[in-house]
Amino acid sequence: MRGVGAVLRGAPRAATGLAVLGAALLVAPLLVDDYLLSVILITLYFAFVGQAWNLMMGYAGQLSLGHALYVGLGGYAAAAFFVHFGLTPWAGMVIGILVAAAFAAGIGLLAFRFGIGGVYFALLTIAVAEFTRILFEHFEWVGATGGFFLPVENREINDLLMLRGSPAMFYYVILAMTVGLFLANVALIRSRMGYYWMAIREDQDAAQALGINTFRYKMMAVVLSASLTALGGVFLAFYNNNLFPIDAFGIHRSIEIILAPIIGGLGTLFGPILGAFILTPLGEVLTWALDQLGVQMAGVKHLFYGLVLLVIIRSLPGGVWPWFARRLGIEGPEARP
Amino acid sequence: MTDAPLLDVRLISKSFRGLRAVSQVSLAVRPGEIVGLIGPNGAGKTTTFNMIAGVFPPDEGEIRFDGADITGLRADQVCHAGIGRTFQLVKPFYGLSVEDNVLIGALRATRDVDAARAAAVDLLDRFGLADRRHQAAGALTLPDRKRLEVARAMATRPRLLLLDEVMAGLRPGETDEMVQVFQTLNRETGLTILMIEHVMRAVMALSQHIVVLNYGERIAEGEPEQVVRDPKVLESYLGEEAV
Ligand SMILES: Nc1ncnc2c1ncn2[C@@H]1O[C@H](COP(=O)(O)OP(=O)(O)OP(=O)(O)O)[C@@H](O)[C@H]1O
Ligand SMILES: [Mg+2]
Repeated sequence: MRGVGAVLRGAPRAATGLAVLGAALLVAPLLVDDYLLSVILITLYFAFVGQAWNLMMGYAGQLSLGHALYVGLGGYAAAAFFVHFGLTPWAGMVIGILVAAAFAAGIGLLAFRFGIGGVYFALLTIAVAEFTRILFEHFEWVGATGGFFLPVENREINDLLMLRGSPAMFYYVILAMTVGLFLANVALIRSRMGYYWMAIREDQDAAQALGINTFRYKMMAVVLSASLTALGGVFLAFYNNNLFPIDAFGIHRSIEIILAPIIGGLGTLFGPILGAFILTPLGEVLTWALDQLGVQMAGVKHLFYGLVLLVIIRSLPGGVWPWFARRLGIEGPEARP
Repeated sequence: MTDAPLLDVRLISKSFRGLRAVSQVSLAVRPGEIVGLIGPNGAGKTTTFNMIAGVFPPDEGEIRFDGADITGLRADQVCHAGIGRTFQLVKPFYGLSVEDNVLIGALRATRDVDAARAAAVDLLDRFGLADRRHQAAGALTLPDRKRLEVARAMATRPRLLLLDEVMAGLRPGETDEMVQVFQTLNRETGLTILMIEHVMRAVMALSQHIVVLNYGERIAEGEPEQVVRDPKVLESYLGEEAV
């Protein structure tokens, strides 16, 4: 916790704000209706996967545009073992993480060994995600294009072991995951690995000259980010109770994951969380407004996200968080655009 | 000076698409010695450094450090072997603070971030950057970036330091300060230095030995006073520069 303390040092307003936010999130299920709770829940989910993606892009500087791959792999693996063998998702999650980690290691090995970097690396991540989507569209064991469904039996009884239960239970699970990942990131970014990632992001040649095995540390970033994203995928699959290849692996899903950290602030600890809290509610308000107006247009939401992204990048190139942090009186890396 | 050389470069060559940038160059640096590597633009000095530092392997020849063959090792492995280097075109981690830049170098020798930070603060003090340590490295002036480049390389605790034109762009007073820092480091810690330098004032003040390259070949070597009088050297290089 020394790390969080350091971030908030000399910023009492930020510390108070954080405490209030924490308390509000803790009691939210008692205060808000099911719909609002589901919005906060999805916001927390995007904060979780956004943080996972940010480790790789924001800190290690490796752009993945195919992160839905890991959401899908994690979700499908845990769901399949649950449905077919009755395996608890807490064990299924390990399988999902291993599969996702293996895919990530494959991509990393291919890219970093053969010097595929930058745009080509990003294209490779898209290609593997698309390839996997097509694979799953023919994968009968998990329902192929028809989709794969988890039984929804009893929403009254909270079975944490099998991750079956009420929205409030899912809410607390994702809240714990998101806060847990945030605290883990605080420690990680202040460890040798965190500094080595940032060195690689800033200048690979200089990093290597300082004794950093860039291949090894990039691989660790990719595998760790993928594993955490897969964990998010397990949660999402058990919350939604259904999986479709296009919705699990599609490029639009990958883009959704990266919007919050970009808007919030790449390479900052709070950025992905703030970004999710800005973007997801805005998207909901838009959906509601369009409903009221009777407008039925596919893709309007994505168009809107694109616009928000454009506006933010033009006015606050480092994202909203660094700007906000400076206003709160926070200094150091979190406030640097 | 009968010591075995700390760095022993034997007949290394490197070609870039037919252009022979370095041709059968040998040089030796003894422990505790400061050696200058000079020559006109494009002579192959930086290319020689890059081969020693593991940026790319030589096409032929051998590089030995402290008795071990380090030919073809990766840059990070060469660093771990005990060789630190600076880049002619400085490569600070722009988005990170000056202190974090040096801290990352110090993490070569320790996993402990607090210990690395303490080492970084010490070094920044030595290079006159202590008051700027919380600034982003990208906000530094060129002379300060050069100092940072050296401090960061020193943070890896090298036994041999490769300096690529760290005096370029410094004012005479700043050059003298930097010369003093290296003299002190050399005297106090026995740091061995191989330096590429165009600023003859610094070369003459620091070097105990000089190697001259021209068109990728070694055309002279020896004591500074004797080398700068060598007609071949004067013709190729020093003539234009007027010592
Ligand atoms: N990576 C590279 N690819 C192709 N050619 C290169 C490369 N590096 C250097 N060269 C060429 O090799 C020759 C030697 O360059 P080098 O940078 O070693 O010279 P130098 O002695 O350091 O010169 P300067 O004093 O200008 O820094 C030059 O002709 C240069 O253009
Ligand atoms: Mg050069």
